[in-house]
Amino acid sequence: MLPNINVVSLVSVGRHPQSGRARRAEQDGRAVELGLNLAGNTLTVVHAGNAQEPVLRQYAGMGLPSLTVLAQESDCDALPALVSFLKDKHIDVVLTGVRAESGESSGMLPYLLAEQLGWPLVPRVAEILNIKEGEAEVLLALPRGQRRAVIVKLPFIASVDNAAQEARQTAFGPGLRADFKVLTLERVVDEAASQWQINIAKPRPKRLKVVKAKTAADRMKAATAKPVGGGGKIMKDETAAEKAQAIFDLLLEEKVVR
Amino acid sequence: MMLDWLPPTLIGVLLVLAGIGAVRRMNLWRAGQAEKVDILAGLLAMPKRYLHDLHHVVDRDKYISRTHVATGGGFVLAMVLVVFVHLFGIDSKILAWALLAALVMMFCGALFVYKRRLNPPSRLSKGPWMRLPKSLLTFSITFFVLTLPAAGVLPEGFGGWLLTLVLSALILMSLSEMLFGMTWGGPMKHAFAGALHLALHRRPERFGGGRSTGLKPAVLGETSHGVAKPTDFKWNQLLGFDACVQCGRCEAVCPAFAAGQPLNPKKLIQDMVVGFAGGTDENYAGSPYPNVEVGNAKGAPNQIITDGLIHPDTLWSCTTCRACVEECPMMIEHVDAIVDMRRFLTLEKGDTPNKGAQVLENIIATDNPNGYSPASRTHWTADQNLNLMKDVKQADVLFWVSDGAFDMRSQRILRAFVKLMKAANVDVAILGDEELDSGDVARRLGDDATFQSLAKRNLATLSKYQFNKIVTTDPHAFHCLKNEYGDFGSDALQNVEVLHHTTFLNQLVKDGRLQLDTFKGGKVTYHDPCYLGRYNGEYEAPRELLASLGIEVAEMERSGYRSRCCGGGGGAPITDIPSERRIADMRMEDVISTGADMVAVGCQQCTAMLEGVVEPRPVVKDIAEILAGQLIDRQSIEETH
Ligand code: SF4
Ligand code: SF4
Ligand code: SF4
Repeated sequence: MLPNINVVSLVSVGRHPQSGRARRAEQDGRAVELGLNLAGNTLTVVHAGNAQEPVLRQYAGMGLPSLTVLAQESDCDALPALVSFLKDKHIDVVLTGVRAESGESSGMLPYLLAEQLGWPLVPRVAEILNIKEGEAEVLLALPRGQRRAVIVKLPFIASVDNAAQEARQTAFGPGLRADFKVLTLERVVDEAASQWQINIAKPRPKRLKVVKAKTAADRMKAATAKPVGGGGKIMKDETAAEKAQAIFDLLLEEKVVR
Repeated sequence: MMLDWLPPTLIGVLLVLAGIGAVRRMNLWRAGQAEKVDILAGLLAMPKRYLHDLHHVVDRDKYISRTHVATGGGFVLAMVLVVFVHLFGIDSKILAWALLAALVMMFCGALFVYKRRLNPPSRLSKGPWMRLPKSLLTFSITFFVLTLPAAGVLPEGFGGWLLTLVLSALILMSLSEMLFGMTWGGPMKHAFAGALHLALHRRPERFGGGRSTGLKPAVLGETSHGVAKPTDFKWNQLLGFDACVQCGRCEAVCPAFAAGQPLNPKKLIQDMVVGFAGGTDENYAGSPYPNVEVGNAKGAPNQIITDGLIHPDTLWSCTTCRACVEECPMMIEHVDAIVDMRRFLTLEKGDTPNKGAQVLENIIATDNPNGYSPASRTHWTADQNLNLMKDVKQADVLFWVSDGAFDMRSQRILRAFVKLMKAANVDVAILGDEELDSGDVARRLGDDATFQSLAKRNLATLSKYQFNKIVTTDPHAFHCLKNEYGDFGSDALQNVEVLHHTTFLNQLVKDGRLQLDTFKGGKVTYHDPCYLGRYNGEYEAPRELLASLGIEVAEMERSGYRSRCCGGGGGAPITDIPSERRIADMRMEDVISTGADMVAVGCQQCTAMLEGVVEPRPVVKDIAEILAGQLIDRQSIEETH
């Protein structure tokens, strides 16, 4: 645990994939777990939404003395409320899930927050190794269990990957007794979203997988090998300008910028 | 020199000291939580409870029961008479002769106690318990000699001051044990605490042949849940712990102890005493928790029990099989205490080991322990043509399917049972997707909040429909429905018969509604599920059913109320505390030692546990499956004719 670090974990109402019932969201639970490991009791956990939502008690049951709720109706946009709560507060780290399990579930929230606060965003964090002298050493989760260590300046926003430590068990008693601080900040109705018509998604039929591997060793290889992209190119000795040009060309080629 | 005053003075002083000790001891119990008890009725009922209920249990070991009657009865009688004859100096030959007779009786009993202690079985505690027979013998001999003059056998003043002095020394020795030790924590404490425990028992319904096995609901919403410190127990639970005679009968039957898991019910109860009286376990002289050294446990009335007194693994090793409770001559309630402490670990600390947290989370989010889609609960009935209560609203029998609905092996049992019911033309319906997990696992894992939520929601569903009987193939659900759902103020199960499928099938067979062929598949033994047998007293129906197929059950040594658990209860497979041996393997050895080719069970969980034992081993089948296999299909007979 690191003292004097101001950590905020943002939590949402999850949705169980089988029952569709509200639950503690997988990744948000991990964001709280990571926050507790970093800041212990000084962790601030924030939810924008309905303070009466029983699922919030499941987060609180992880051992939070209190939980902050930015009260708003379900048709409101969480972003403005969160921005106005987070800015000017000397916060060092904000942790979120990668994407919510309910609602739009676009995964945009951490990016929009980062944009509006002007902080760097570190996506898909597996672990925060340490924080000192205004910098944090962070492990990013890459596919197939790989990790990449990066150093970020505080303050920053991190979205927490499924590879991060699993959320601890929630206990009924502490959850029940946790104190809810309900704040009423600016409520902005999400006009765009209110126009949308939302349907239940049907699972797409899965394409049958033809197993080509003949031996267990082949299957193991297929399961663990890195996909070999043909077009990759490693640039080490080139100048910064050359590297930037290469990236720009790629973005053009992929039609990311036009 | 006249020393005649010495013996009565000694008796008087020790009686007073014993009185002081008694008050101190009672104050230790009173540090527990309030609990309503009818004290007067209890005290009045106490002698009967001793003679009938306690003696009934002790009597399973004839040797010790006779010994105890002679020793204990002799002592109580002698002690009363000692007070009259020697303390008050009442000069009556009749009293003196009666005293002599009581002492002889006690002496004979004490000889047998002595003999048992020459080579004591490992379940008995040693230490101070080893000197008890000597104290008993000393007491009886000393007072015998002391009483001879009063009885007129010896002249008054016989032996002079020297004999009086010697007798006084012996009185001091034996009465220190018998009176002082009784209230100051010696082995004789069991008599004092035991008598009061019988009178003020938390489950008085157990006396007079009754049964009381449902756990008491946790009060939710307080500043803490479950038992964290010894003083969080009810006062009469503390009193109950103090009644333990360290006979180790519980230890001898405990499956977790036999498997080498860190649990010994006797030690657990002794640790509870260490907890509320304060101190360490270094004076404990019985078997330890397997692979845990004795002497390092410390406790105090207001200290968290799992911080230094008991390791949580000890609590999580229990399968809640109730073998210990069934066997305990002092009628101590181990399972209540264990679940009380688990409640604290789960509800307050969020510390349920291994798969515990996951299972509880699944139950909360999907109403079944494996997190399956609640909408798939009825998939197994696709080809069964079963009525749903939602559609028919009423039926004679409501079939409570339980979570076996999600498990392919259990579904075979469910199908077999449905086949039998159809053959008997039973008017039956199921709840379908409206049914939820019974809450058994959540409750045994200490999550009473989730149990209560499930119970209330299930009761609300049940109350919508009309039915006369509710029948289930799962003894765990059966126990919840029958003995635990009653605490939640619903009348959904009022006037409803809650039955296990073996009981129900037995009725059908007796009514001649099922035509069954003789079974010719070899030797069969029967495993009594704890939650059917010890929890609900049903030992006969399964055996009668097997007999109706012409099967003569090759009984295991441990069967009926002594059945050994399969290891599947109490969430034990979920918390999965490491052991030296698997409980299911030990049970399968019991099965194999009968030479049986098949073991009949009445529980899907037992089936899963016993089938998990590596082959080759006898076949495991639920009684419903065996019956279904022998069913003579009336229709097909009619068709062929
Ligand atoms: S708890 Fe009961 S069975 Fe176990 S040692 Fe004590 S008295 Fe004997
Ligand atoms: S209930 Fe069974 S497992 Fe638990 S302590 Fe008693 S005998 Fe052992
Ligand atoms: S599964 Fe069967 S034997 Fe095992 S605990 Fe449950 S009822 Fe007892």
